[in-house]
Amino acid sequence: MTVAEAKAQATKPVVEAKNLGLTFRTNDGPVQALTDVNLTIDKGEFVSFIGPSGCGKTTFLRVIADLEKPTEGMIAVNGMTSEQARESRAYGYVFQAAALFPWRTIASNVALPLEIMGIASAEQKTRIARVMELVNLTGFENKYPWQLSGGMQQRASIARALAFDADLLLMDEPFGALDEIVRDHLNKQLLELWARTNKTICFVTHSIPEAVYLSTRIVVMSPRPGRVTDVIESTLPRERPLDIRESAEFIAIAHRVREGLHAGHSYED
Amino acid sequence: MRWFAPSWQALLAVVLCIGAGLLGVMSLPEATALAQPAASIAYPWAASKSLIFDAILISAAFSMMRVPPAVAALALFAGAHLAAWLLLSGIAGFEGTALAPFYLLMAAAWLLAWRCVTILSGLKPTHRLAKTLVGLLIPVIFGAWLLIIWEGVVRGAGIPFILLPPPSAIGARIATSVPILAADVRQTIFKAVIAGYAIGCGAGFLTAILADRVSFLRRGLLPIGNMVSALPIIGVAPIMVMWFGFDWQSKAAVVSIMTFFPMLVNTVTGLAESGHMERDLMRTYASSYWQTLFKLRLPAAAPFIFNALKINATLALIGAIVAEFFGTPVVGMGFRISTEVGRMNIDMVWAEIAVAALIGSVFYGIIALIERVVTFWHPSLR
Repeated sequence: MTVAEAKAQATKPVVEAKNLGLTFRTNDGPVQALTDVNLTIDKGEFVSFIGPSGCGKTTFLRVIADLEKPTEGMIAVNGMTSEQARESRAYGYVFQAAALFPWRTIASNVALPLEIMGIASAEQKTRIARVMELVNLTGFENKYPWQLSGGMQQRASIARALAFDADLLLMDEPFGALDEIVRDHLNKQLLELWARTNKTICFVTHSIPEAVYLSTRIVVMSPRPGRVTDVIESTLPRERPLDIRESAEFIAIAHRVREGLHAGHSYED
Repeated sequence: MRWFAPSWQALLAVVLCIGAGLLGVMSLPEATALAQPAASIAYPWAASKSLIFDAILISAAFSMMRVPPAVAALALFAGAHLAAWLLLSGIAGFEGTALAPFYLLMAAAWLLAWRCVTILSGLKPTHRLAKTLVGLLIPVIFGAWLLIIWEGVVRGAGIPFILLPPPSAIGARIATSVPILAADVRQTIFKAVIAGYAIGCGAGFLTAILADRVSFLRRGLLPIGNMVSALPIIGVAPIMVMWFGFDWQSKAAVVSIMTFFPMLVNTVTGLAESGHMERDLMRTYASSYWQTLFKLRLPAAAPFIFNALKINATLALIGAIVAEFFGTPVVGMGFRISTEVGRMNIDMVWAEIAVAALIGSVFYGIIALIERVVTFWHPSLR
């Protein structure tokens, strides 16, 4: 790779969607899950996708991850097709549930992607130790998933997504099933982790405070058909203590998100 | 009444004892002896009668005192089994002559054993060894009483040997025919069952993976597999004898066919068991088919595969034994059962059945044990 190419690589957007559309064929006829999505996500951004259920936010994440194929438009991840990106293990994906394998200990669950990618076992050990520390699970390596609380399980699944050091982290409502207190705690930890690792994070949520607290950019989506209605740049500083959520600036952004959700919503008609 | 802790089993045992005492005469020879006091006629329980009553009454009464449960259980155990042993050893030689008191006393002793098991089940031993011991003792007492009642009824009522031999006769037969039984086990179990089981289960498993990989097999073979696994496949045994000859190979073939389809159907079901999210997860790692199979789908299928292995353990034994009814060299469990029935050696038939039951249980137990180790993570085990 020449210097110029390396530079081009560095400035290339991590995710680029152009006129992206996806129509599911169902027995009740076609369903437009996504239509005309245009979005560019740069390196180091924390982008939240928010909207009511059925707005296609999860579907969009799955398109980035090559778990769904778009029917229209174009998607590029790290300048490659989404399939190439998946095959080069460009991203870590955190699902709504922890999806840990019950027959593996926490450490060997975290080791799963490393085993599949054929990483040497000595290297595996140092990486597991590092990510376990990153998510504050040191000391629980030899526990089985069912012996841990829901919050700890979800942290383990984040550690698993971090273990192979992809620069892009895709998170699909990872804290949706957890209670408010645990969720606050994990949000804070996630921000710290993002600051330390400088990863690009795409985060699907249906909680306005969560989206505003975490993101540098908030993508507001609306259903029928799933589309982007507003993209809000956050003016909050990168350093965010939990009580920033009571500041006027935070409330203003949250208000704008709510407006956006409301405008895109069509319960009335 | 702080010293008195009644239980209905012990009370009923006392009532039955009193009933037996009031009826008095326990056997026909005893009635004859009473009618002719001058003649010296031998009759059962001439010397042990009072000891039987004492054993039951004392242990029943003792168990209802405020004593530690372990002590009460010990007393009941001793009383019930002493009484049972005296009753059974007394009737030997006087089969078919027992009168109502004999059965009443048997029932009373059985009630005491029941009470003993009830107390043992309620014990919460803290020591590990004691816990295992009590856990073992309960089914052993239970099983022993099945045999004791069988023995008592068969001897007391004088049931013909051909219809139902007493367990003691079966036990004696096992003890005297160990070489024959060993040869039969070698032929039927170690040749036909093991080979057929391994081939049938292995082929079923591999076919399931093949069907998973090749979609036309999945669509074509599986509905047929489901149908065939419901058929009485044992009917092919005579055909297998024609194909593979009289020796164990034809029996192994029957066992293979019988075990193939349950394994196929269960493994295919198990392979579909892993969740969408887990499979998506493997996809995000760009995991290959075989990696996903070995790291996700087979472990998730393990409970189903072990289910098939357990079903097949029973099926294999049945298949091998019944297949031998259709032609075999002069050795084998099925051969022995079919010929000894013809020669009226019913105790030998029962001996083979007992050995088959024992081996079947051990076989099943080993698989269940391996299952516990392999699928320790399953919600039903953890």
